[in-house]
Amino acid sequence: MNMQSQAPLLSVQNLVKNFELRASKGLRKSKRIVQAVSDVSFNVSTGKTLGIVGESGSGKTTVGRSILQLITPTSGRIFFDGQDLTELSFEELRVVRRQMQIVFQDPFASLDPKMTVGTSISEPLVVQGISGDHQDRVAELLDLVGLAPDHARRFPHEFSGGQRQRVGIARALALDPKLIVLDEPVSALDVSIQAGVVNLFGDLQKRLGMSFVFIAHDLSVVRHIADDVAVMYLGKIVEIGNKNAVYNNPSHPYTKALLSAVPLPDPKVERLRHRIMLEGDVPSPVNPPTGCRFRTRCWKATELCAQTEPELVARATGQQSACHFPE
Amino acid sequence: MAESVLSIRDLRVTFQTQMGELCAVRGVDVDIAAGEILGVVGESGSGKSVSFLAAMGLLPATATVTGSVMLDGVELIGAKKKLVRSIRGRLMSMVFQDPLSALNPVHRVGDQIVEMIQSHQKIDETKAFARAVELLEIVGIPQPDERAKQYPHEFSGGMRQRVVIAMAIANNPKVLIADEPTTALDVTVQAQILEVIQRVQQSFGTAVVLITHDLGVIARVADSVNVMYAGRNVESGSVQDLFDHPSHPYTRGLLSSLPQEGIERLIPIAGFPPNMLAPPPGCGFAPRCPHVIQSCNASLPSLVPFEGLMTSCIRADELRIGGLRS
Amino acid sequence: MTEIVIPTFTPRQLAWKRFIGHKAAVVCSIVLVLLALAVILSPLTARYGVNESVKAPPNSYLSPSKLAWLGTDDIGRDLYSRLIYGTRVSLLIGLCSAFISVFVGCVVGAIAGFRGGRFDDVIMRVTDLFLAFPFLVALLVVRNMFGSVDWLTFIIGDMSSLRFIIFLLSFFGWMGVARIVRGQVLALKEREFIEAARAAGASRSYIIKRHLLPNSIGPIMVALTFSVVGAISGEATLSFFGYGPQPGAGATSLGLLVGQAKGAVQTGFWWIALFPCLILVLISLCINFIGDALRDATDPRLDATK
Repeated sequence: MNMQSQAPLLSVQNLVKNFELRASKGLRKSKRIVQAVSDVSFNVSTGKTLGIVGESGSGKTTVGRSILQLITPTSGRIFFDGQDLTELSFEELRVVRRQMQIVFQDPFASLDPKMTVGTSISEPLVVQGISGDHQDRVAELLDLVGLAPDHARRFPHEFSGGQRQRVGIARALALDPKLIVLDEPVSALDVSIQAGVVNLFGDLQKRLGMSFVFIAHDLSVVRHIADDVAVMYLGKIVEIGNKNAVYNNPSHPYTKALLSAVPLPDPKVERLRHRIMLEGDVPSPVNPPTGCRFRTRCWKATELCAQTEPELVARATGQQSACHFPE
Repeated sequence: MAESVLSIRDLRVTFQTQMGELCAVRGVDVDIAAGEILGVVGESGSGKSVSFLAAMGLLPATATVTGSVMLDGVELIGAKKKLVRSIRGRLMSMVFQDPLSALNPVHRVGDQIVEMIQSHQKIDETKAFARAVELLEIVGIPQPDERAKQYPHEFSGGMRQRVVIAMAIANNPKVLIADEPTTALDVTVQAQILEVIQRVQQSFGTAVVLITHDLGVIARVADSVNVMYAGRNVESGSVQDLFDHPSHPYTRGLLSSLPQEGIERLIPIAGFPPNMLAPPPGCGFAPRCPHVIQSCNASLPSLVPFEGLMTSCIRADELRIGGLRS
Repeated sequence: MTEIVIPTFTPRQLAWKRFIGHKAAVVCSIVLVLLALAVILSPLTARYGVNESVKAPPNSYLSPSKLAWLGTDDIGRDLYSRLIYGTRVSLLIGLCSAFISVFVGCVVGAIAGFRGGRFDDVIMRVTDLFLAFPFLVALLVVRNMFGSVDWLTFIIGDMSSLRFIIFLLSFFGWMGVARIVRGQVLALKEREFIEAARAAGASRSYIIKRHLLPNSIGPIMVALTFSVVGAISGEATLSFFGYGPQPGAGATSLGLLVGQAKGAVQTGFWWIALFPCLILVLISLCINFIGDALRDATDPRLDATK
């Protein structure tokens, strides 16, 4: 899939994450296992953006946090810059953390309300034991994200949502990371503000050459910013490849349905479009369907789909998809 | 234009807060005919939700509401509580963003619909329950007779929203107000819910007010649109006209800031949402407008007709900014 | 892009405003401050020494008069002055044990909440164990247990000393705080600014110190006020039954004074019973009102800044 001559910056291999739901019935504790992420693999190259799209229950957020080891994977390997993160000790991991950071969705919850914005931004530097005043670096970072340097003295509640998100981005940039995981970074912002932040990501990537993993449910934004796209459903990647291939020639039925469901801001197109309506809801990740997990909602499902889980196979248009009857 | 089933004139809402007076809505007019879907678009501080909460009489005592809200010829502002209560849920109902908080977790779903029916009609329990099952079927819930006996937590987010819609249409209201009904839902579920709303509109001739920030949703289902900013309507008209040749810089700004196929760089709207504790003296959008002139700040502009739309931009004629394809 | 920041009130300012809105709490605060001043400046505000006779005998059980504003006790000591000195001792006991309780409770609660899992379970069951015992019975039992262990009394003083009482009260006062702090920590633990700190490589103790505790100040303050009340009442109860501190040289505590009310009620010397109890009730009431107001003030139910 990647035609790079050098090794990818990030290589996720066979990532699995199961969560245990502890429910106690009397003295015996019955265990229900949520299969949040089931065997996910992908690569991210330097200076590129991988978009991960999916709806609730897809596991995309878990993937994002697993990359940073904020969640410990159940199994699988995560290679960053050649090192397997799953094998590292707390101290070794701390060193690697300089290279990868995360920006969260909720601009209100991602900043400590009791700390000034400047303190929040410089926190990664402090935690990593980098000595010094940090004031200059903070001013530099604020400028980089389009905020005034004297805002460092202020508290989060004095800023708007979009501004807070920029502060979160400044914090993520503090250690000069090579990779940033963006977990729904613009979903909680007003539409007119989103555009500015999305542009900022593009600019930062051009200037600083960093890689992004952009996790979102908004397909339009992902299309705009990503180079490659992975579509996730119920813990699995159902389609992955270059964004133009995926968006223009979706080969997995779910991708098709997803693209069809997104309302476009053009009444003529909207009224004339053929829409694929999916029946029912996303099944529970506690008991995912056997075989292909999408089969309960797929209009093409057959016996084969229930018995055998489809593998990711390369298609003519360049991307890979996991379906027995691709489009 | 067809006769309006809901007619709002010069609606103003102010809140007394710890930090002063907040003018959430500053003079809004709305007209909606039977069977029409009116999309109300706006972002934070636009006053879109507050306007219709005021129309429903659902605002707290700290809010001062003035103006006129005529539903089917009956004035609601200043009306007696009893009248407002009898109208709410019967002639006009509301659906909110979070279906979980609208449903009582300890009552079965069917019973909650029955409660809705019985509070406005004299009808016995069995008949009401049968009607509830009917309603669940109308909104597309499979096996409605079984599911009516289930509790809210046994439904998924999309299903819950359908239940809430069923409750809202139980008494065949003239107007259904949907406040961001799909914002919290996955995009495939959103498509389903929008389809349910359209079905309700077509089958029962219900007028629907669809409040949202998503222009795509508007493009898909709305017949006419009101664009709100800083507590006022800045532009309104048919959905075709609005998307084709928007006359107001804010509408144009909204459309340009959306990621579209082939657009290299998004054009955000500079500045930040308005502070409704101290709104601008003239046009609310002036501080952020790329086409602002002196007279924009002089006084609050009113809506005037322009090329099939109603616009509050005093430079509409001059600018003729047009749609994205111009 | 020059973006203007919208000035609004800080959470602290909003909390202060909410607190001031509670008239009762404000009055109580003033009362307490006056009381505290009276007590701190005791050599000045008291009229006699703590063990000093008002006049030569007959001086026992004199009713309130110009000589002794609140009357005298059985050996002619001025009740008013003794009340001042006694309250000082009790407040000292209350504050000291409250602070120790809160400190221990914070540490226990923070660690339990943050580490979660088995650790949390074990600590919480231990906490429940402590809570399960009836306060008074537990106090007495532990008092006797600890009092007879030599190395313990060496460190914290023997059974009748102030230090012992403070230790005893702290021993049973930390659980409420631990629960509150644990609850706060559990709620905050999943907030994204905590995860951001972890993503930067922060250690557990850093996160507890720098993020969790500062954000729990509100509930901790409330817990502190209620701990003080608990401690003062606890000391009063112990002393009432004669198990409290026995400070020498005629010194007294509020509890001891209340304890003396036992006999006085039957014999008709009402001032011996009334005034100490009045002061005790006043202090407890005031602290309770303040605690309630603090709870309302720091509880972010109405966030006017968003």
